Amino acid sequence: MAVSQMIGAKIHRREDPRLVSGHGHYVDDFNQPGQVYASFIRSPYAHAKITSIDLTEATAAKGVVAVYTAKDFQGQIAGTHPTVAGFAAEKKTVPERFPIVSGEVTYQGEIVAVIVADSSYGADDAANLVNVEYEVLPAVMDLDEALKADSPKAHIDLADNVGWDITMVPWEATEAGFSSAEVVVKERIHQQRLAPTSMETRGILADYDTFDKKLTIWMSSQNPHFIRLFVGGAMGLPESSVRVISPDVGGGFGSKISPYPEDYLVPATSRLLGRPVKWSESRTESLQNVTHGRGQIFDVEVAAKRDGTLLGMRVTQFLDLGAYHGTFGAFQACACVMAGGAYKWPMISARTVGVLTNRVPTDPYRGAGRPEATHLCERMMDRLALEIGMDPAALRRKNFIQASEFPFSQNFGLVIDSGDYEKSLAKAMDIVGYDALRKRQADLRKEGRYLGIGLSTWIELCGFGPSGLAAATAGFALVESAQVKIHPTGSVAVYTGTHSHGQGHETTFAQIVADTLGVPYDQVQIRHGDTNEGPGFGFGTYGSRSLAVGGMAVRMASLKVVDKAKKLAAHMLEAAEEDVVFDQGKFHVKGSPENGKAMGEVAFASFGGGLPEGMEQGLEAIAYFDPPNLVWPFGAHIAVLEVDPDTGSVKFEQYVAVDDCGNVINPMIVEGQLHGGIVQGLAQALFEDVAYDPESGQLRTGTMLDYTIPTANEIPILTLGSTVTPTPVNELGVKGIGEAGTIAASGAVINAITDALSPLGIKHVDMPASPDRLWKQIQEAKAKSSSSANGGGAQA
Amino acid sequence: MKRKVALTVNGSRREDEVEPRLLLVHYLRDVAGLTGTHIGCDTSQCGACTVLVDGKAVKSCTLFAVQAQDANVQTIEGLADGDKLHPLQQAFWDNHGLQCGYCTPGFIMAGVYLLAENPNPSDDEIRKGLEGNLCRCTGYVNIIKSVKDAAQKMGATKSAGTPVTAGGD
Repeated sequence: MAVSQMIGAKIHRREDPRLVSGHGHYVDDFNQPGQVYASFIRSPYAHAKITSIDLTEATAAKGVVAVYTAKDFQGQIAGTHPTVAGFAAEKKTVPERFPIVSGEVTYQGEIVAVIVADSSYGADDAANLVNVEYEVLPAVMDLDEALKADSPKAHIDLADNVGWDITMVPWEATEAGFSSAEVVVKERIHQQRLAPTSMETRGILADYDTFDKKLTIWMSSQNPHFIRLFVGGAMGLPESSVRVISPDVGGGFGSKISPYPEDYLVPATSRLLGRPVKWSESRTESLQNVTHGRGQIFDVEVAAKRDGTLLGMRVTQFLDLGAYHGTFGAFQACACVMAGGAYKWPMISARTVGVLTNRVPTDPYRGAGRPEATHLCERMMDRLALEIGMDPAALRRKNFIQASEFPFSQNFGLVIDSGDYEKSLAKAMDIVGYDALRKRQADLRKEGRYLGIGLSTWIELCGFGPSGLAAATAGFALVESAQVKIHPTGSVAVYTGTHSHGQGHETTFAQIVADTLGVPYDQVQIRHGDTNEGPGFGFGTYGSRSLAVGGMAVRMASLKVVDKAKKLAAHMLEAAEEDVVFDQGKFHVKGSPENGKAMGEVAFASFGGGLPEGMEQGLEAIAYFDPPNLVWPFGAHIAVLEVDPDTGSVKFEQYVAVDDCGNVINPMIVEGQLHGGIVQGLAQALFEDVAYDPESGQLRTGTMLDYTIPTANEIPILTLGSTVTPTPVNELGVKGIGEAGTIAASGAVINAITDALSPLGIKHVDMPASPDRLWKQIQEAKAKSSSSANGGGAQA
Repeated sequence: MKRKVALTVNGSRREDEVEPRLLLVHYLRDVAGLTGTHIGCDTSQCGACTVLVDGKAVKSCTLFAVQAQDANVQTIEGLADGDKLHPLQQAFWDNHGLQCGYCTPGFIMAGVYLLAENPNPSDDEIRKGLEGNLCRCTGYVNIIKSVKDAAQKMGATKSAGTPVTAGGD
């Protein structure tokens, strides 16, 4: 076995020299000779009927090459938008979706025409000359209203707006718990819509070769193989004739997983014209048309004893699907399955309702269902702690699944692999100085100051997926592939089916390969994002799966190479294979380390003659890794902040995060993932909100001036700690960490704000907890308490 | 109707015929072929397109190319000295100050200007100095650390402030 030198080391990323010097290659940096530029004409209305489209002016405009509407794509693009089972397999209504519409538009931004011109400025100019007449229809925007029988429908031909309504565990199952409860707490918890907002918007360059009938697509994608499958299929092209290249990608956060209308229309336009066609998404197009995350309402009830014993939970999820089902949108129903968090419950009842509205579809965004589950569970733990007068940390500790109880199965049938929740909480409380903080909080309260301490003891399911589970939810196994090739002179090329868009796989996967093959790190090159390379299929990067599934595939393919090399080395050493050991990157006969054969020597020999009988030339292998289970990282986050009651503003004092992702390949990258994840989570808690006009369905947050992701000026100092609980699910002992920060942070921040304001009788705060929202809530609470002090009723 | 524009980009003089409405960022990317300068928004919020114009950090989407007549423009490609990275580039590498890398050229150019104006900024001054640039990956923690590190390595004499982050074990 090779010595472990690289795994666990803080290796600076090999991606960085090109990226810090302007030599990265993002999709918009690619061009093809003779290319033309597409611009899309989109519905300005949330819901309307198209009554006419007049292309006369646009067609005549200077530089315009073509103008297309839906009818031009008939016979070019077949089938409806793909939708997977997710955690809501039995869907009631799945409206058909085509990349371009001719009759009814159902969200603002839906495509009605395509302009192609010889310059990008010219295409945008001509887009303004397309005259589309609409008959405006009522927009379905509010989830409660949408479910009423007399509501307008998101599509005129729908019977109702219910995309799905699935009871996963019936209410009767928790009847015993609720009927024997000493206390029941209830809350309605909103998860506002969020825009993923990768800094690089989407973009596509498609080149259809009319002679060879081959299509090349350059695009910004988290999973180019799926795009090849979907787009090739819709265009009637075999996968072998379609090449998708996803080069350096400027962030994804889940928004570059599913196929988009433009992914079909740009290649189809290239085929219609026989010319390369390029499209670059504007930021406004992005905020309007890229799938949003969250967009949910949860009605939650928790039954308990006064001593903090949990007796049951009932949770109903209302999920704003948008006008269509997102390809992986039903994955978000996993919020129900994960609602129990890190705690032991006798039983949880859950129902998920997917509601069709006139907004852009929702789909996975960093965490996808797990941030929502953590937020609701952690909020309810604090809500219960407040109700029974118990310290929130003590309530959590009382109900944690204990380290000795893993593998642990909850009532939804999933098996949590490993954990030590007490350990991470204890460490976080120690770092933050929890007991002293509580004393200081009590003192400050006497001065009328509002210090809050918020806990979030999160868990996550990630690393999709075991083929059986994943095939049921995604329709596809979601295993991962890798190919490892050693060239005659010893350099190693590795292809992974995952895709790196900031995660640093070129570095971390090379660390794994170097250790496994016993070759110098610099000899290993990691490649990804080009469907013409590597094994038959790659499954892409999302759901914190790359290392735990893709990294393992890389490890397994490397081990296959070692196996073959060992046989050949034994032959070269004229020894029996069982007498040969692999150590420090060399094969040698037991007891004779001085006569070793390095991997490079074996590789060179593998291309020569005189191989052992039956052995083929070459030293390379393909592996597919199918994990036996999901992996379950966890941790404890504590936010400490003060709320100014006069302005409603929030000032952080500390943010402590102790996380456990099992063994770590590169600690620098793990910390970086946590920093970014935490800031996205606290941005949901405090700043971000995709706002639509509730009547017209017009997007109000269509620029970065209105949709406010945080700047460097708004973030607290983050203090990170870790514990290490290796997973038994894979040989590397690794779990995912890409989404952890986002999953944990919103609960910690909102719990801290609620804790701060609890002396005012405030029990829950919705997101984003903006100064105006908090100020209003504080004013209302103060008015209520003064009226009750003047003889009004006691507070509920 | 096209107009002539003449300017210096990364030390090389060039003259081109451009549409008067062509944004400087599109000129740099599409005419000069310098694709290291990125576009992240339409409204001058994100700072991904930040370059130096006569030494000052400018969002190159806020200028027309013709407004850069006779200017000296420096982009990310012009920052390194041959194979030797500029201290800020090196500091971003050393401190994991980037993930997807898309916003990075803008941050580095904004950082060059920040350090030219204030060679030894405090953490707060770095935060304020970079608030015109948006990053979605790093949570800014390691960006602040990178700028601080570069400031120190570039020979600042004032004492260092408190670390941006502590912990990890």
